Amino acid sequence: MNLLPFLAAAWILLVGLYGLVTSRNLVHAVGCLAVAQSSTYVLLLAVGYRRGATAPVFADLPVGSPVVDPVVQALALTDVVVGAAVTALLLALVIQLQKRHGTVDPQNLTELRG
Amino acid sequence: MPSTAALLPLAVAIPLLGAVVLSVAGRWLPRLGCDILATAWAVADVLCLVLLWVRTGDGRAVSWLGGWEPHGGESVGIVLVADRLGGGTALLAALLVLAVLVYSWRYFDEPSGERAGTFPALLLLFEAGMCGFALTGDLFDAFVFFELMGAVAYALTGYRIEDPRPLHGALTFGIVNSLAAYCSLLGIALLYARTGELGLAQLGRELAGQHRDALVICAFVLVLTGPLVKAAMAPFHFWLPDAHAVAPTPVCMLLSGVMVELGVYGAARIYWTVFSGPGGIPHDAFRTTFLAAGVLTALIGTTMCWQQRHLKRMLAFSTVGHVGLFLIGVAVLTPAGLAGTAVYIAGHAGAKAALFGLTGILLDRYGSVDEHGLHGRARELALPGALFLAGGLALAGLPPFGTGLGKALSEEAAGHWAGWLPAVYVIVSAVTGGAVLRVALRVFYGLGPRPTERGGEPETTGEGEKPEVRGPTRLLPPPMLVLPALLLLGCLAVGLTPDLGRSLARAAELFTDRAGYQAAALGTAAQAAVAPPPPAGWTTAGVLLGLLSAVLACALAGTAVLGPARGAARPHSAVAFLGRRVVLPVRRLHSGLLGDYVAWLTVGVAVLLVAVAAQS
Repeated sequence: MNLLPFLAAAWILLVGLYGLVTSRNLVHAVGCLAVAQSSTYVLLLAVGYRRGATAPVFADLPVGSPVVDPVVQALALTDVVVGAAVTALLLALVIQLQKRHGTVDPQNLTELRG
Repeated sequence: MPSTAALLPLAVAIPLLGAVVLSVAGRWLPRLGCDILATAWAVADVLCLVLLWVRTGDGRAVSWLGGWEPHGGESVGIVLVADRLGGGTALLAALLVLAVLVYSWRYFDEPSGERAGTFPALLLLFEAGMCGFALTGDLFDAFVFFELMGAVAYALTGYRIEDPRPLHGALTFGIVNSLAAYCSLLGIALLYARTGELGLAQLGRELAGQHRDALVICAFVLVLTGPLVKAAMAPFHFWLPDAHAVAPTPVCMLLSGVMVELGVYGAARIYWTVFSGPGGIPHDAFRTTFLAAGVLTALIGTTMCWQQRHLKRMLAFSTVGHVGLFLIGVAVLTPAGLAGTAVYIAGHAGAKAALFGLTGILLDRYGSVDEHGLHGRARELALPGALFLAGGLALAGLPPFGTGLGKALSEEAAGHWAGWLPAVYVIVSAVTGGAVLRVALRVFYGLGPRPTERGGEPETTGEGEKPEVRGPTRLLPPPMLVLPALLLLGCLAVGLTPDLGRSLARAAELFTDRAGYQAAALGTAAQAAVAPPPPAGWTTAGVLLGLLSAVLACALAGTAVLGPARGAARPHSAVAFLGRRVVLPVRRLHSGLLGDYVAWLTVGVAVLLVAVAAQS
């Protein structure tokens, strides 16, 4: 199998991590988390890819024709749902933080330490 | 009566359904109705899991969802598998959820109406996630349940959205844990790419026929990142004290009592079923790596625990210390270590949940969880004070508490591997127990001078916490006092019931039987395991070491409370030197900054990768 999809997924994960480490805005940080998550979509879909194959819908395909792996597509869909729920929850927390604390900069949240 | 196979999905479905019913019915039911409904639902799930525990016996219960059973060892279905360790973990979670629901009957001052059913509904949803994670036999399902319990835990942590601190803690918790879950998913994808399987048993079978290479090692480390971050292994532990310090007290009882331990369970289950065979990760590599990680976690948790003045944060760090011990127990890779850890986790859940519950009483009465600010103020609370002392002694491993038995069993198993490991058990128990005793003596008995403030050091005070309850004029609600007492009794019962220890020992033997798990989960013929179960009773050495750590804990607490004041130590003494050069830098690492924690997560994954790769 080609190495490129693995490298692409690793790169996307690292970009997301870099963004999270250096983020000065929590909305941006949650966005970076979503970027890191998209590395899982890329990896999952790449794993199930077959050259020259088509979508795994057998309504108008003869039985036995090459199709890509439907399992990883189902996994990626589940992953999207999980990601959407988590992102929405985290963004709601950020909005509350802005309302109550007046800041979305993680550097200003210094009450919990030591 | 439902069949045994039906009990497994029921254990997950009952709380899920309950969450839906409560969030709908909560809109028009009065507060009392919500409480009764939620409690009844939690009781139903406990009964279901007790029945499962009885029916499972010393074997495994298997359930193929939707009737997609395997044919000739091949399957496209999803399987739930319960043995006594998995089912027992789910039962522990269900029992704690029930305790927490009763504890919080009158805890929050919620206006009835739209949100009345939300808190119990979230608790039931949390329970569904935990039970599912404990019972699943499928790696991707484990990820989904992991995220379900994670997302609910973030919401519960930030439940009091009026306060900035819970929001901060919940955000850190959410981002770090979700990131770890995505790492796990990457690992799952890598494993699927190699084997084309997702079931734990199938993955183990396929990996056994393969050559071990970089992909398997990467997949191993990535898959385990999720459970290990949940388990707060150093350096993945930073989120835990921040989340526990700010979550509502009933939620802390669940997070510390069982959710963190589920991470340890997940890591052990995944290693034993998937990676322990040929083509996986060699036992020596796993053992060395995770013994080192366990010892590091234990020492960091203990050091930080002693330094805290914020009560919940102190209890949270003591959880980190104990998780280090659980990791050591799992990492020795013997049934004896696993059995000891299982008993330890059961006892620890009772003691730690009780201590959090008692801290909730302090918060309820005085609106503070600060050791310094509360000095001598809680003299009128005689019974909670006595219970707090008992909880501290339980944490220190005093026989015959369940924590003492678990500590004795796992330190003996660890001692077989390396003679110095029992010392780690004694130190962690003594210092974390001592810190709790120190607080009890100061807060409930007013002993010693009021501690001096430390200027210029990184510190979280427990002042200015919003009481999570209505005005402090009301009477103490009875459940808030009865529940901690019952939980401590439960901890005592774990130590005094030899049958429980013995059945957990047989379950540990079963847990490490990889071939048996594959046979059960794939429906092929099983050969019976013949190895005798490890011992699971009190031994003289165990009792003596338990007494030793309890005496040490008392001595530490007494010295801290009655001894010379802080700062009186000579500036060149060893204690002062250690404090300046070791403890202070470690405390500075706990900066509360999200970026730092994510950086530590990355470093931890990289170190694990290098360590495992170098030894395989």
